[in-house]
Amino acid sequence: MTKLVIDPVTRIEGHLKIEVDVKDGKVVDARSSGGLFRGFEILLNGRDPRDASQITQRICGVCPAAHATASVRCLDSAFKIKPTAQGRILRNLVFASNYLHSHILHFYHLAALDYAKGSETEPFIPRYEGDYRLDKATNDLVVGQYLEGLKMQALAQEMVAIWGGKMPHVSGFVVGGCTATPTVEEIATFKKKLTVVKKFIDETYIPTVYLVAGAYQDLFEIGIGCKNFISHGVFPLDDDDKNFLFKSGTYTQGRELPFDPKDIREFVKYSWYDNSTTGLNPRVGKTIPAPNKSGAYSYIKAVRYKGLPHETGPLARVWITNSVLSYHANKFLGLSDDKEVCFRDLGDKAFSILGRMIARAEEAAMVAAAMEKWTDQLKPDVSGAQEIKVPVNAEGVGFSEAPRGSLSHWITIKDKKIANYQVCSATIWNANPRDDQGIPGPIEQALIGTPVADMDNPINVVRVIRSFDP
Amino acid sequence: MSLTRRDFLKVCGGTAAFLGFSKLQILEALAQAKAGNPPVLWIQGAGCTGCSVSLLNAVDPDIAKILLEIISLKFHPTVMASAGEMAMAKLYNAAETYDKKYFLVVEGAIPVAANGRYCIVGEWKKKDVTMVDLTKRLGQQAAGVLAVGSCASFGGIPSAKPNPTGCKPVQAIFKDAKIKAPVVNIPGCPPHPGWIVGTIAHILTKGIPDLDRFKRPKLFFNDNIHDNCPFLKYYEEEKFAKTWADKEACRIKLGCKGPDTNSNCYNRIWNNGVNWCVDNAICIGCVEPSFPDGVSPLYEQTTG
Repeated sequence: MTKLVIDPVTRIEGHLKIEVDVKDGKVVDARSSGGLFRGFEILLNGRDPRDASQITQRICGVCPAAHATASVRCLDSAFKIKPTAQGRILRNLVFASNYLHSHILHFYHLAALDYAKGSETEPFIPRYEGDYRLDKATNDLVVGQYLEGLKMQALAQEMVAIWGGKMPHVSGFVVGGCTATPTVEEIATFKKKLTVVKKFIDETYIPTVYLVAGAYQDLFEIGIGCKNFISHGVFPLDDDDKNFLFKSGTYTQGRELPFDPKDIREFVKYSWYDNSTTGLNPRVGKTIPAPNKSGAYSYIKAVRYKGLPHETGPLARVWITNSVLSYHANKFLGLSDDKEVCFRDLGDKAFSILGRMIARAEEAAMVAAAMEKWTDQLKPDVSGAQEIKVPVNAEGVGFSEAPRGSLSHWITIKDKKIANYQVCSATIWNANPRDDQGIPGPIEQALIGTPVADMDNPINVVRVIRSFDP
Repeated sequence: MSLTRRDFLKVCGGTAAFLGFSKLQILEALAQAKAGNPPVLWIQGAGCTGCSVSLLNAVDPDIAKILLEIISLKFHPTVMASAGEMAMAKLYNAAETYDKKYFLVVEGAIPVAANGRYCIVGEWKKKDVTMVDLTKRLGQQAAGVLAVGSCASFGGIPSAKPNPTGCKPVQAIFKDAKIKAPVVNIPGCPPHPGWIVGTIAHILTKGIPDLDRFKRPKLFFNDNIHDNCPFLKYYEEEKFAKTWADKEACRIKLGCKGPDTNSNCYNRIWNNGVNWCVDNAICIGCVEPSFPDGVSPLYEQTTG
């Protein structure tokens, strides 16, 4: 058995180290280690609760609108205020634009270089050598789209900024709604940009994902994972949080269950936190770092749902919602165009590197299509905001789904100040280490069985990791 | 150097300070620019990658042109093809090959508590590499250093009270370690891509631009937001917004930090000219050393 360390794992957001044990050319065990602790949950204490939506966005520069959304939903619940329809739709549109940006960026700029060879210049060399299977024409196509994708992700960020103020880190998300008052002109500009990005997703991004998938069919059997999924629900379709574009729920040991926040627990036996804080629900969660704790190997807490690791992200969402796929899926599966193909029709292929890539691409199209409808629901010259009052003492929780998975923010307010704030984010769900029972986290489990043909060029290992978009 | 005169005018344009930088001077500077793309090593500490994501929004020149024609990006954790040991070897080899010739870009703050173990950025020779050790090592050999974003420039959000991980900005780390490499701060949470590209363009053609007392290029950080704000007339008329719905009014009573903030956001505008914070909501003073503690609470009037 040989140990292989990849540190840093690049083309992700943040600092991640992956260590795998390889035996007979296959991964037999894996450890995922988050290398950064900034202490957001500590530095939020004592602040004005309204500031949380600005400060927590700085957790992630790729998906700030996700943290903004979870944070303002958390504050809405603590302040006991419900956004108006206009506020809800504006939030959806800004956040959904961040989805389009993030998904395009992930495929073309974070993941694609694992499948296509980039230009023979830095920063595209050096690279892991070996298993690149695209013919020259297809490879050139993907590299060309890398450049086109750069323009598209920037265009999606412009869409975020129209009502979000700027991107990264939006100024427009506040408790009770959104600061913007959309004008007829802005709505027209937004639609125009959406049309361009949507066309790129429908006609370029999705078919290219299937094209790549066709060349790497065996990657439908690699990166299987724990097969438990969680979704908190995202993009509310009504003002009472009854229906979402992607519903909330879990798929736990093959059973579909409603999501119950009380069943979340965070364990720290193998994380660099004080052992007294293990096993807590984030509502009463504590964050006491212990960077020298022996036996621990990550700053990520091991979050569990009903005691089990759960994968989150596009795969979890479209599996739980069982969304209808694009006609490209019919073509890929060799089915006639008139047959409605749902994500679960992929069967076991869904639990894989390529299952995650397909889920993400198809999801981008579903989000873009929904955005067209939401844009038509906007009322010109109507503010998305409401007057609010900071409560003296309150508790709140906000659930949402970042592009990369389930996200929750939890607050306790005392004397109009933050007394406790906890964040349970997507990469905490996916990239966590072993829990107190020794059960490995979702990425750790997904790595087991991954073929490693060449210890110096462990390309399949990074393909598995990046399929989660950590 | 493939930056054209047109590109350069565009990346630097839009500020009053820039008017002192004549077209003739730019032409001369470009004529003198050395051939070959300068090597850049970009490292990330306690941050969110938002500065890099912001740079992806650069226009005229766009990010593809910057990467492929203007600079030679030897190391960048978010975009580079390689990973792990291969990436670390590339980083250290580039530092040796281009000793005292490369530019170091630092994104994110540098935690020093717990011997720097709050930010482990890689492994080399079976040992963890901390951000603080890497910043010192690469800082010593750099021709110049760009601290990109408020975290690297001043500490930013991770250094907010009680600064749980002992985060420091680049200049403080250099001072402690007696590192002499020149540092230019390009703050902002994140910085506008035009500020990053404009500073790089200036350094490549004319050397380090004029800096203010916080080591920020005056080209971009000389103008007071409030004094130049399109809503200033409402301030003078004492027409103040009481809610977010009051659009034709000054935002100061909603918490706007414009009077304490110096940058050209007001005419640079963000995301390809689409919008900016004050039009949408308020300025939160993210380019200033006081961010975030000195501007909190964000949604209460603290200035003006």
